[in-house]
Amino acid sequence: MTERLSGGDMLIRALRDEGVEYIFGYPGGAALHIYDAIFRQQEIEHILVRHEQAATHMADGYARATGRPGVVLVTSGPGATNAITGIATAYMDSTPIVVISGQVPNDLIGTDAFQETDMVGISRPVVKHSFLVRAASEIPNVVKKAFYIAASGRPGPVVIDVPKDTTDPNDLHEYNYPAEVSLRSYKPSSGGHVGQIRKGVRALSEARRPVIYAGGGVVQGDASAELVAVARKLGYPVTNTLMGLGAFPGDDPQFLGMLGMHGTYEANCAMHHADLIFAVGARFDDRVTNNAAKFCPEARIIHVDVDPASIAKIIKVDIPIVGHCKVVLAEMLAVLETEITGTLDNADDVTAWWQRIDRWRAEHGLDHDQSERRGAGGSLLPQQVVQAVYRATGGDAYVTSDVGQHQMFAAQYYRFSKPRRWINSGGLGTMGFGFPAAMGVQFAFPDKTVVCITGEGSFMMNMQELSTCMQYSLPIKIINLNNQALGMVKQWQDMQYAGRHSHSTYRDALPDFSQMVGSFGHVGIKVTTLEELNSVIPDIFGDRYRNDLVFLDAHIDPDEHVYPMHIKGGSLKDMVLGNEEPT
Amino acid sequence: MRRIIAVLLENEAGALSRVVGLFAQRNYNIETLTVAPTEDPTLSRLTLTTEGDEGKIEQIIKHLNRLIEVVRVFDLTEGDHLEREIIMIKVRADGAARAEVKRTTDMFGGQIVDVDQNTYTIQLVGPSGKLTAFIDALDGNQVVEVVRSGVSGIGRGDRILSL
Ligand SMILES: Cc1ncc(C[n+]2csc(CCOP(=O)(O)OP(=O)(O)O)c2C)c(N)n1
Ligand SMILES: [Mg+2]
Repeated sequence: MTERLSGGDMLIRALRDEGVEYIFGYPGGAALHIYDAIFRQQEIEHILVRHEQAATHMADGYARATGRPGVVLVTSGPGATNAITGIATAYMDSTPIVVISGQVPNDLIGTDAFQETDMVGISRPVVKHSFLVRAASEIPNVVKKAFYIAASGRPGPVVIDVPKDTTDPNDLHEYNYPAEVSLRSYKPSSGGHVGQIRKGVRALSEARRPVIYAGGGVVQGDASAELVAVARKLGYPVTNTLMGLGAFPGDDPQFLGMLGMHGTYEANCAMHHADLIFAVGARFDDRVTNNAAKFCPEARIIHVDVDPASIAKIIKVDIPIVGHCKVVLAEMLAVLETEITGTLDNADDVTAWWQRIDRWRAEHGLDHDQSERRGAGGSLLPQQVVQAVYRATGGDAYVTSDVGQHQMFAAQYYRFSKPRRWINSGGLGTMGFGFPAAMGVQFAFPDKTVVCITGEGSFMMNMQELSTCMQYSLPIKIINLNNQALGMVKQWQDMQYAGRHSHSTYRDALPDFSQMVGSFGHVGIKVTTLEELNSVIPDIFGDRYRNDLVFLDAHIDPDEHVYPMHIKGGSLKDMVLGNEEPT
Repeated sequence: MRRIIAVLLENEAGALSRVVGLFAQRNYNIETLTVAPTEDPTLSRLTLTTEGDEGKIEQIIKHLNRLIEVVRVFDLTEGDHLEREIIMIKVRADGAARAEVKRTTDMFGGQIVDVDQNTYTIQLVGPSGKLTAFIDALDGNQVVEVVRSGVSGIGRGDRILSL
């Protein structure tokens, strides 16, 4: 006999049947029936956050680290609107989260009831899809569809808006969780078109100056192993986007580093001079292309992406291949293995190409050991902090970040060896993302080292979660690159507004962070020199603080800029390399 | 170039707002839009006309397809098709003008569907260009009110949009 459950109980049961471990949430009137259902069960752990935005970033961090949808529960009205920034963040980076929002009862919808807001309407431009539950009996089906849509194809956030009457504890329904869903209007593609794959392989084998340009789709699509195999087979240079870091091992000689606005000299030059770009799971974002009209003038372009709408959106593509990166790369590899047995005909050209790239690398590549440098007045440099964290964690930590200079230093100098280790808001660029995202990752992997490389500006956008970390004993290591400024804004003002620092510094109004985190019950450490840094790093990543949240407040040279940096309106190869050194 | 795009859509609350929202959000322009349920009550059929170069139209179609509730998208202007719009137009028709309006209406194959002492209400069906020509042919000072239905269209012969 099937069980009879209330809508609230069905909702929680359905989440359990989806294999959900955690709900990141915050209660309120419209969600109280659901909260009561949570209280009466043990299987799913609810994490009480301190702000709904943080809940969405936690779910997002959880999703990015595990590949499984993260789940959020908020109340109607302000709870729902607070979640919007996190939903938009997940949307821009295509991560699967399911956001359940309480709503006023169906019969009050449209009356401007207390805490009513049109959540489906307000979230519409930033969700993959959304549902408004009209009757309790719909709940199991809606949950099934929501998870399927969130996680399949190009993943993305899905909102389920749940009016309070549909979770009424006295209104019981038969509960059956559907085994599968099929939607006539939604059939994500998987394998690529065979003819296109052959064309792609032919173009690859004929290239003289090829570059493999891999993005977040490879990470999200778990296609890293296939990417590495194809790259190894061909021996071609690989660059990753900000979102793709970790898709290819960061310390591998075949790796050129990140490309784009703050990409490496060799990656940007190689792209610009290439005769073939093999783009996989990347979307030619304006932070990559610089001026799209000047993008890679000599290159033919192969583009593999699961989302047809990403192909030829910005840049004309010669060989589009729509399909799941993992499947398409495996298919291409199979063709490569049968068709290419000995050395490729283009081997000499590729050798010459590598020589050129190595010259670029030698001339202006990133310096991965900056221990000899000192900032103004002997101060600590942000690169040194990231390099110390990299060495202490062997390139294998989960590293989240926020938005600003610190994010770019982390991306440049922490060389990720594996996918899903680098977690940042590349698309929306959401300050305040890094810390709660790190919490989501730590929930997913309680025994792994989780580091949040942040800036004091970004950290202050969600620092209330220090309290949540105390409640759930999360031993996150927060590395605060404290330049006492909205550094990235200040850098732009230095470079484009003759140093007029309009509202990018806070005078002396910053807190003493180590005292502040101390008051939450955590460990706070302040360092101002490389020597001090080197003396505390072993403790932070060693046994002494293994079970503690540590906040390292690293005071760095406030005038350090991020280089290289694209020259606005130029091509990919047009960069400023250091103070006053354009290419 | 002007395009007529037909869309089969799940007949669900909120589906239409996603289509309209997409156009606003992506900075695409909707010139006309008509929508009604089909013979299959679970589906609506929507016809819209828009302007754009080939790249833009391709993006519009891809983004429409990306909407979960969109079942099929069909660019009617890509091949042979029929296009129809209906117009109802109220014109001042007194004295000598009365005969003149009647003559123009007959010439365009329109019908006068409502009459009172001072006005005629004329109905005309046809491709949009013909309706515009009709409006132009009337004396602008006489026109009191114009209502156009927006374009709907169907492929010719075996060009069929169905599930
Ligand atoms: C929510 C939000 N508001 C504003 C911005 C614009 N913005 C980009 S970087 C930045 C400064 C970040 O300061 P901080 O976190 O201290 O990092 P830093 O650049 O100093 O390393 C600002 C304000 C943003 N990305 N996100
Ligand atoms: Mg700062």
